Amino acid sequence: MSVRRLAPKEVQPASFAFTEENLAFAKQQVAKYPAGRQASAVIAILWRAQEQNDGWVSEAAIRVIADMLDMPYIRVLEVATFYTMFQLAPVGKKAHVQVCGTTPCRLRGAEDLIHVCESRIHHEPFHLSKDGNFSWEEVECLGACVNAPMVLIGKDTYEDLTKDSFGKVLDGFASGNPPKPGPQNGRQFSAPITGPTTLKEIT
Amino acid sequence: MTKLIIDGKEIDVPPEYTLLQACEAAGAEIPRFCYHERLSIAGNCRMCLVEVKGGPKPVASCAWGVRDCRPGPKGEPPEISTRSPMVKKAREGVMEFLLINHPLDCPICDQGGECDLQDQAMGYGVDTSRFAENKRAVEDKYLGALVKTSMNRCIQCTRCVRFSAEVAGAPEMGATGRGEDMEITTYLEHALTSELQGNLVDICPVGALTSKPYAFAARPWELGKTQSVDVMDGVGSAIRVDTRGREVMRILPRVNEAVNEEWISDKTRHVVDGLRTQRLDRPYIREAGKLRPASWSEAFAAIAAKAGRSDGKRIGAIAGDLAGVEEMFALKDLLAKFGSANLAVQGGDAFDPALGRGGYTFNPTLVGIEQADALLIIGANPRKEAAVFNARIRKRWRAGGFKIGVIGAKADLTYHYDHLGAGAETLADLAAGKHSFADVLKNAKHPIILVGAGATSRHDGAAILAQAAKLALDIGAVKDGWNGFGVLQETASRVGALDIGFAAGKGGLNAAQMTTFGTLDLLFLLGADEIKAPDGTFVVYIGTHGDRGAHRADVILPAAAYTEKSAIYVNTEGRVQMTGRAAFPPGEAREDWAIVRALSEALGKKLGYDSLPALRQAIFKAVPHLIRLDQIEAGTADQIKALAGKGGAPEKAPFKALIEDFYLTNPIARASAVMAECSRLASGQMLTAAE
Repeated sequence: MSVRRLAPKEVQPASFAFTEENLAFAKQQVAKYPAGRQASAVIAILWRAQEQNDGWVSEAAIRVIADMLDMPYIRVLEVATFYTMFQLAPVGKKAHVQVCGTTPCRLRGAEDLIHVCESRIHHEPFHLSKDGNFSWEEVECLGACVNAPMVLIGKDTYEDLTKDSFGKVLDGFASGNPPKPGPQNGRQFSAPITGPTTLKEIT
Repeated sequence: MTKLIIDGKEIDVPPEYTLLQACEAAGAEIPRFCYHERLSIAGNCRMCLVEVKGGPKPVASCAWGVRDCRPGPKGEPPEISTRSPMVKKAREGVMEFLLINHPLDCPICDQGGECDLQDQAMGYGVDTSRFAENKRAVEDKYLGALVKTSMNRCIQCTRCVRFSAEVAGAPEMGATGRGEDMEITTYLEHALTSELQGNLVDICPVGALTSKPYAFAARPWELGKTQSVDVMDGVGSAIRVDTRGREVMRILPRVNEAVNEEWISDKTRHVVDGLRTQRLDRPYIREAGKLRPASWSEAFAAIAAKAGRSDGKRIGAIAGDLAGVEEMFALKDLLAKFGSANLAVQGGDAFDPALGRGGYTFNPTLVGIEQADALLIIGANPRKEAAVFNARIRKRWRAGGFKIGVIGAKADLTYHYDHLGAGAETLADLAAGKHSFADVLKNAKHPIILVGAGATSRHDGAAILAQAAKLALDIGAVKDGWNGFGVLQETASRVGALDIGFAAGKGGLNAAQMTTFGTLDLLFLLGADEIKAPDGTFVVYIGTHGDRGAHRADVILPAAAYTEKSAIYVNTEGRVQMTGRAAFPPGEAREDWAIVRALSEALGKKLGYDSLPALRQAIFKAVPHLIRLDQIEAGTADQIKALAGKGGAPEKAPFKALIEDFYLTNPIARASAVMAECSRLASGQMLTAAE
């Protein structure tokens, strides 16, 4: 992990405003907590802001949320920089690839996937590809070890990847037809690759 | 009470104690970095580990309550060891970890010699490190004009974060990132806005936050240290003046639980460079419209010539914000010899010393605020007029069950309050019981009515004061065991002046009358810079700095600043305190009382004291309570009744904020480049806030 800073001024939008729908969501989150404890809603609201803002949290959004929750700016910045799933710089428009690099995935070939990212997207994580559509990063365990190696793109996981199938996944995102999430080798969820071995009969 | 055995010694401590407090009560020394008595507990430095018998590993004593300790199998008290091999090893381990990323730049670090990390590494550390990797490097942060950062040295104790959020009430510091990449900073490195930010330097246990104006100026062991009292505001914070040779190098707080706890405001701390610049170091006489350097005898002769021609009734004196009791007393005596009772202290016109000190001191006392359960602030901005006291109000507010109402200008006071109204009519409403806050005050056990200079400095200040006193009596703020009527004096000299009766006597003029054209022939200004002397009056300025008063003066007599004399000051609660002489006045400047004494001889009205002790004898004879240093002669309920009985009709105009620029309130601060820079930063912030 490296020092997490906000994106440089040049890429920061001047302002941020929640859509009506997200504003309603924010109010609903605040209402979950007792009066005066509205700051508890900060993570949920930051997440919505990230979704609305093409997958990253801008400085303007931090200020808007701080004002909304009556928090000092620095408190929201602390939260945004602490949690690594908040992206602080622009990410790929079509996909931000989070490659799991923890032991089980490593053993099953996560390194290959990282090489694919390096060659196809950018040789360094957190950088946009030339066309601005892709970016990637290595993350810690995403909890799909049984289907290792895997990546997380947006809200979906793509599992049981190889160099080739991962390439196809990226192709799919590039052309606007993302493949079906889940195992990419024909396997049913996390059942054995050879097909189910137990609970086959319904009695 | 809870029984514990600490290092084989049985001890009884209150159950709410933490283990660290219990160990200290038992006389054991516990090293710590993140723990600070006046801040919340973080428990992240792990330096305070102790062994609790029966536990598998050492515990952080700062975050471990004594009631959480398990008794032994037969019900014997819990046994704690602070010196066992396990504790020694744990401390060595923690120390090694802390030093892994700490640079070895002690020789060029301003904290060197007074560094907790340095001391504790000596006391509890080992001599080597097994760490062979690269050290972490952190960029330095910009935090404003007063705090210099050297973030490589930071050990992330988060004391500064907690201080700014809890004590200062300006939650600007924070820790971004996490783990090894955690960094202490403000939001996008904006300058700090707190008026207590200098204390960050004191609470930082390492050299990460150091004083910017004092950077690389001196080493602690080459400084002479003098205990003294601050005069920048009416609080009278306890300070230590550090000098090297003739020069004051820095000012640090001393602990005085009754006054400033262990904080001081930035003005108190960083006014130091103002003591060096713009100083009056020789007498001056105005000739043909221009001031020219003169000798003492020439200056005295010029005054004598003027005084000899004027009627005693047309001679007056106004004392400034920084005047000590001694010089005011001597000047009062001198004027009395001329038959003049034209005496005033700046901003003191509203107070009548004849009614007793209950009418002009902060009777509930500064500590008393912690007992209070309701507070009404009338025409004051404690944050600017008494910054350290404001931190105490905030401390009380944070404890809960404390309602605060404000009549006057709205401002960010760092705590929540009900803004009741802008001026005297709200006070009248409140007195008539027409306002809902009146019930809050009535139902409170220990209410406080705080009257500030925004109200008393007005020409109808006396009427407002009387009305406030009446309100205090009506709501029952003045009763047995509790006197809740208090005046917050924002200057160091005022209470002392009123104590010795340095105010318009019988037939005398007050400051407003004295500054009216044509009333006086000869006016002595004892460091009074905030008033405008009228044209045609011969002005003698006895003071330290070439400021407003000196610009207007016809004769200037150079005097000593508060670090250069031993003088009595009385703070806003009526506490008698004495400054210590840390340095000598520059050039031909002399101590103020000695100037007045010498002048009296030149005027042929010789005063009867030749030394400071003799002068003090005379003062103590006239005003006995001034002899009791560090004590308060309490005001009585009768005095407040007398004040309330004065009546008067206040005008309807809203109370104005008295202090617009916190950093530039007196001649010393106005001479300070550091204060000017702070003022510039603060006004810049105000501009952006107004946009």
